[in-house]
Amino acid sequence: MELTWESLAFLIFSVLSLGGGLAVVTLRNLFHSALMLMLSLFGTAGLFVLLVAPFLAAVQVLVYIGAIAILILFAIMLTRTIMGVQTTYNSQWIGSAIAALLVFGLLLLTFTPLGDDVFDEQLSANLEEDPVDDVDYVTVEEIGIAFSTRAGFVLPFEIVSLLLTAALIGAIVVAREDEA
Amino acid sequence: MVPLWMYLFVSAALFSIGIFGVLSRRNAIAVIMSIELMLNAANINLVAFWRYLNPAEINGQVFAAFVFAVAAAEAAVGLALILSIYRNRQTVIVEDVNILKW
Repeated sequence: MELTWESLAFLIFSVLSLGGGLAVVTLRNLFHSALMLMLSLFGTAGLFVLLVAPFLAAVQVLVYIGAIAILILFAIMLTRTIMGVQTTYNSQWIGSAIAALLVFGLLLLTFTPLGDDVFDEQLSANLEEDPVDDVDYVTVEEIGIAFSTRAGFVLPFEIVSLLLTAALIGAIVVAREDEA
Repeated sequence: MVPLWMYLFVSAALFSIGIFGVLSRRNAIAVIMSIELMLNAANINLVAFWRYLNPAEINGQVFAAFVFAVAAAEAAVGLALILSIYRNRQTVIVEDVNILKW
């Protein structure tokens, strides 16, 4: 594979994503972990842009970095009295590392055939009919239509709205101070 | 164009990092952050397969958007539970919350 701007961008974003992820699980200070989580999520948003999904990249930045990561920061600051005096890992961390490596190896085995020439040719044949420059970008309008028509996904959309509402009300009820 | 397996490689690595974090961190908030990493890995896979195998259909992006909504719900409920536990037991260390342990 020759070094193009796209592969360079892919390299940068995947390094951001994976490096941020590693920092999240290794850094001792939770606050730094949360900031690294933001970095990792940003890298993932960049990967979405490379995959020609600009809507998802925007949602990633707005919802994940703008809302979920900030929520996590709030939770860290509300529970920070014992921060810093604890050790980072529990006693089973060696076993966890082995398990994670095993899972990684199994996943690698699963998609290694995709690197073979046969699959590669099929995939690149697919893509030559559809080169990245004149992709029909899926616009926000099309996604909105898909979410709101019966031929699309209106029922799953309503269900997930209900799930989100119930989860947020539940979160308020659970986290509320008892008025005793 | 970057081949599909590279995206799958990044996604698998991110997922494994998340698994390590979930199993090994002591702080419950760190566990939640690791879960977010794993959800992100799954999302990369969904979007990559959509882009490489079936870019004409919109389904892949819609499914990824549902994953976003579920992740937001999960984070909200999880953090509320952690705050509630902290208020009652003054700890966010996972091993110290063992009242359900038999």
